[in-house]
Amino acid sequence: MDFSLTSEQREIRELALKFARNEMIPLAQKYDDEGTYPKDVFKKAWELGLINTCIPAEYGGSGFSSVDGIIIGECLAYGCMGMNTSFMANDLALLPIVIGGNDAQKKKFLTPFTTEFRIASFALTEPGNGSDAGGIRTTIKDGGDHWIINGDKMWITNAGYADLFVVYGTIDPALKHKGISAVIVEGKTPGIELGKKEDKMGHRSSDTRGVKFNNVKVPKENMLGKPGEGWAIAMSTLDHSRPLVASSALGGAQHAMDLSIQYAKERVQFGVPIAKHQAVQFMIAEMGMKIEAARLLVHKAAWLCDQGERNTEVASYAKAFASDSCMQITTDAVQIYGGYGYSKEYPVEKLMRDAKLIQIYEGTSQIQRLVMARELLK
Amino acid sequence: MNIFVCVKQVPDTETKIIPTSDGSFIETASIKWIMNPYDEFAVEQALLVKAANPAANVTVIRVGSVKDTEALRTAMAMGADDAALVEAGDNLDSYSIAKALKGAIEKSGKKPDIVLAGKQAIDDDALQVPQILAEMLGLPSVSVIVGFELNGSTVKVKREIEGGALEVYEVATPVVLAANKGLNTPRYASLPGIMKAKKKPMAQYSLADVGVSDADRRVKYSGFKLPPEKPAGKKFDATDAAKQKEVVAQVVGLLRTEAKVL
Repeated sequence: MDFSLTSEQREIRELALKFARNEMIPLAQKYDDEGTYPKDVFKKAWELGLINTCIPAEYGGSGFSSVDGIIIGECLAYGCMGMNTSFMANDLALLPIVIGGNDAQKKKFLTPFTTEFRIASFALTEPGNGSDAGGIRTTIKDGGDHWIINGDKMWITNAGYADLFVVYGTIDPALKHKGISAVIVEGKTPGIELGKKEDKMGHRSSDTRGVKFNNVKVPKENMLGKPGEGWAIAMSTLDHSRPLVASSALGGAQHAMDLSIQYAKERVQFGVPIAKHQAVQFMIAEMGMKIEAARLLVHKAAWLCDQGERNTEVASYAKAFASDSCMQITTDAVQIYGGYGYSKEYPVEKLMRDAKLIQIYEGTSQIQRLVMARELLK
Repeated sequence: MNIFVCVKQVPDTETKIIPTSDGSFIETASIKWIMNPYDEFAVEQALLVKAANPAANVTVIRVGSVKDTEALRTAMAMGADDAALVEAGDNLDSYSIAKALKGAIEKSGKKPDIVLAGKQAIDDDALQVPQILAEMLGLPSVSVIVGFELNGSTVKVKREIEGGALEVYEVATPVVLAANKGLNTPRYASLPGIMKAKKKPMAQYSLADVGVSDADRRVKYSGFKLPPEKPAGKKFDATDAAKQKEVVAQVVGLLRTEAKVL
């Protein structure tokens, strides 16, 4: 057993963290305030190879492992959980192609993401179907030499800027999970109607919208796998992406702890820095303990992925534990900062707002527990 | 064209420096090492020259301990072609370092056209190595450069002088140049760059290989200790108009006798 990172992983981490510190943290508050989409930062990160880490080397990617991917993800989330949501959405949308695509689809749709800066969007959730993703109502009808997509999608990250969507729909609602299918839709296809950008509590720089598909025609060869294989592809995507989402909780939590430690050493009350007060020490100790435990879970969930082993159970542990811990840690960071923590002048209130979403998207903390129980009781 | 860049590995700027218990040096075990920030400008300048002259070869050289080769790997990940490491302790003096660098350049078998370095290392702030190295190599040198323009076999460099003014020099290559902040904006090492760097050659020499011995030491450190802690600031209340004259006299007096800045 070896818990250490390779020298290459340490360098990757160094670079990603340097990027987070120099290019993300200075803009995070401003972009959050103004709800600015971080396209410039996104592009810079892409130029350095920090984006689309899921693309295999044979299609032009850097050939990163899942563990490499979560190391980068944690660092970018350290810079800003909101911006990182935009970045991560690329992987989330490309993973179904990596997992379920054939060679021609991978060449056609993955490789362009390695040669130019492109944005992707994963469209699964609908206004009436969040956790119950199996209840998809968007239809994919056979139109002869093409597929016709009709339906409403909701909470779609990157939708306003997407060069490519991976859209989930059903070929027949009566088939339930067995009818679910996934198709690749180019961003410029006629019939795609964007809703307004959501005004969110946190992750305010990320672009989240509803998207309507009105008789959107896509070529037959754009379906991933066979009709009805979409559910299996979506579930396998989640096994890969949950460790990544969990790593973003880790980055946010680590940032909150670093800020808390720094502030606790500086802020003086009753004649001593508040770090000398046991009440504050205990909160910081709790932060360190949770981050260490979460990091081990997240790394194991990604490592299992790299070994080609089923990680559904551990990925859920990692996602739920890391996001719940991030919520607790960012809340305590605000507590340590006291009144200042509640002010937008200081960075921790944003972390607390951002943390909340990680408990919700990519399977809520409750759904994760459902998955765990299902795995444990089967 | 052969470009050599001399880099030093220094403690990360956020490192808490602790002298060893006997005061002979600083504790190095827990230090996170980074490339000296001024050297990053030197590496970037070399890479800019290489971009304009694809046949140019950029070699990075470092003198220091082997346990961590961060600076050389970073430089190669940024785009340098190869590296040379002279294995030594981390507390050599400027003269020994310059002599080791000279030896490593000679060992490479390549005739240098441009030798670049940062103007100073942020650990000991000696500002000596580039000039000593130039002297040893018998080459001209310009330090604190903030502008660089290569025209054939001459380089036009700008250097900062007192009062924010610039001196402009035209120097024939080969030349030793020491970079200041403002020369350029160093690039990040990209992830593909990091991968490629692993396959780039790194020569390794001992001090003896490059002709340096203990006899070369010109400076011996007699002790390392932290500066005394800063006393708390003094506050003067001059809100009462009648007392202002007295308070001003008091402040001026203290600036003269205590702070010794007047």
